[in-house]
Amino acid sequence: MHDIALDEKILAKNDALARENREALKRHGIFSINMVSSPGSGKTTIIEKTAERLRNRVGMAVIEGDMQTDLDAQRIARCRIPVRQITTGRACHLDAHMVHHALPWVFGLENVRLLIIENVGNMVCPAEYDLGEEMKVAVMSVTEGDDKPLKYPALFHAAKALLINKTDLVRFTDFDLRRAEENALKVNPRLTVFTMSCTDGTGLGEWAAFLAAHSVQ
Amino acid sequence: MHELSIARSMLDIVREQMARHGAEKLRSLKIRVGEMTAVEPQALLFCFEACTKDTPLEGAALDIEVVPLAGRCEECGTEMRIEGYSAQCPACRSASVEHISGHELAIVSMEVDKTDA
Repeated sequence: MHDIALDEKILAKNDALARENREALKRHGIFSINMVSSPGSGKTTIIEKTAERLRNRVGMAVIEGDMQTDLDAQRIARCRIPVRQITTGRACHLDAHMVHHALPWVFGLENVRLLIIENVGNMVCPAEYDLGEEMKVAVMSVTEGDDKPLKYPALFHAAKALLINKTDLVRFTDFDLRRAEENALKVNPRLTVFTMSCTDGTGLGEWAAFLAAHSVQ
Repeated sequence: MHELSIARSMLDIVREQMARHGAEKLRSLKIRVGEMTAVEPQALLFCFEACTKDTPLEGAALDIEVVPLAGRCEECGTEMRIEGYSAQCPACRSASVEHISGHELAIVSMEVDKTDA
């Protein structure tokens, strides 16, 4: 019997491709975000509203990750933003390899400065897979629990920004905005937190300004 | 259920290593999983067994070492065990704590039988 000592990262291949993606995006001067949340927290609607505010100022492209259908991509296309759908089939997350194959499409577009990648709706699995994005953005909504950051710490720790969405509904729930923010900052004191409502427009301006500032003009 | 993808990535590495070392049979595999990773050891064990069934790797033991989350204070350098994912330095109360372990997801070693053995 032989013992082989390894110390090899299990996701080494994904991480190497993610590094390649990150370098390629930087070379093209594109700022990229990877939006992660549970299903139904409003990621696609946030992208639609972001597009309305930014498309005339910042060149945008969107990669949509879903297990099935291109319904979300159709929604983004109606906002007159270039969009590419990745259907993952049985996989519950995007990985660096899938994004790697979509990047030549992004680089073939003109004047893209901001790439938004919408991950498959899932708070657990996408946290583990680096896609090569510049910034992971966690999204939660007030119809979920304000204890979510404590239940899914891997995501909230890996994220640089947190969007708390659907604030117009907060009066119908027992969601405590202050407690949600405190819980998120407990797990990750460096998080930048935005509260927003895509229905009444609260906070969307700040979020769009934040993205515009990060996207090379 | 990304443990299935993780089990597959793990077995790709195992097969490569076995080919490189001329190994015929995998007896056991030792891996390290940090507490902060989004990986559930029981689910990974289940996927490992499912992925090795009816293959030459069937029957290998998977030994999972769970690595606790630990941090180092960026202000005063104190190292600490982090409970409940939320860190505050016990010495200077700073919340600027860098994680120094608990994010591992790695193969440590494997025991194999070689063809010529």
